[in-house]
Amino acid sequence: MILDIIHILVLIGLIATAYLAVKLRDLMACAVMLGIFSFLLSLEFFILQAPDVAIAEAGIGAGLTTAIFVMAIRKTSRWEVEE
Amino acid sequence: MMSKIVRTQANFLYPFILIFGFYIVAHGHLTPGGGFQGGAVIATGIALVIVAYGYDRVKSWIKKSTLTATESIGLLCFILTAFIGLSTSFFYNFLANSGLLFGDKVSYGANPGYLNTAGTLPIMNLAVGVEVLGGLGVILMYMLSYGKEVSK
Repeated sequence: MILDIIHILVLIGLIATAYLAVKLRDLMACAVMLGIFSFLLSLEFFILQAPDVAIAEAGIGAGLTTAIFVMAIRKTSRWEVEE
Repeated sequence: MMSKIVRTQANFLYPFILIFGFYIVAHGHLTPGGGFQGGAVIATGIALVIVAYGYDRVKSWIKKSTLTATESIGLLCFILTAFIGLSTSFFYNFLANSGLLFGDKVSYGANPGYLNTAGTLPIMNLAVGVEVLGGLGVILMYMLSYGKEVSK
């Protein structure tokens, strides 16, 4: 029962962070949202009994990808502009 | 280079991330995770330092040539371990149950898992961990070395 509630909360959080990553104008906040998305996805993998995949997702998705996004944003512009 | 808060946090967290990564690599044959996952966690620690300090200061600490050499050494160790068992077959586990390094017998039934077992598997996990650490580190350093930072 308590696991089902956590599961549903994680799924809601996945949808919310994915929506915010598309909608926000501050690209640094978008990168952080993608990091939170990856972290929640690794939690989801752990709930679904795949801890191996969860560690890989936490390392690559939440760690390295966010770092690369932050580096790219620091070398370009931080705010999304209308064309 | 980021603010002092980020740099202090990076200084504090860096050794713990490294130790956790090497723990995952060393216990690859007992617990979830293994060479790739542990190497990715260690590379995350390198990424933290690079993001906190910026390329100009990090390039004197971590060199691209060192990381490339690390990657090659890991791959060489992996393939050499595979070739040593060639008298029986390629990738033959010649160390298992031999009493030598990582060669203890595994007792029957449920047990917590003993580190000194599984033969060549921990050696290959270490090789893959070192290789992934070098490879992802090289990717990060090359991502950082082009262009210059826009100050805001």
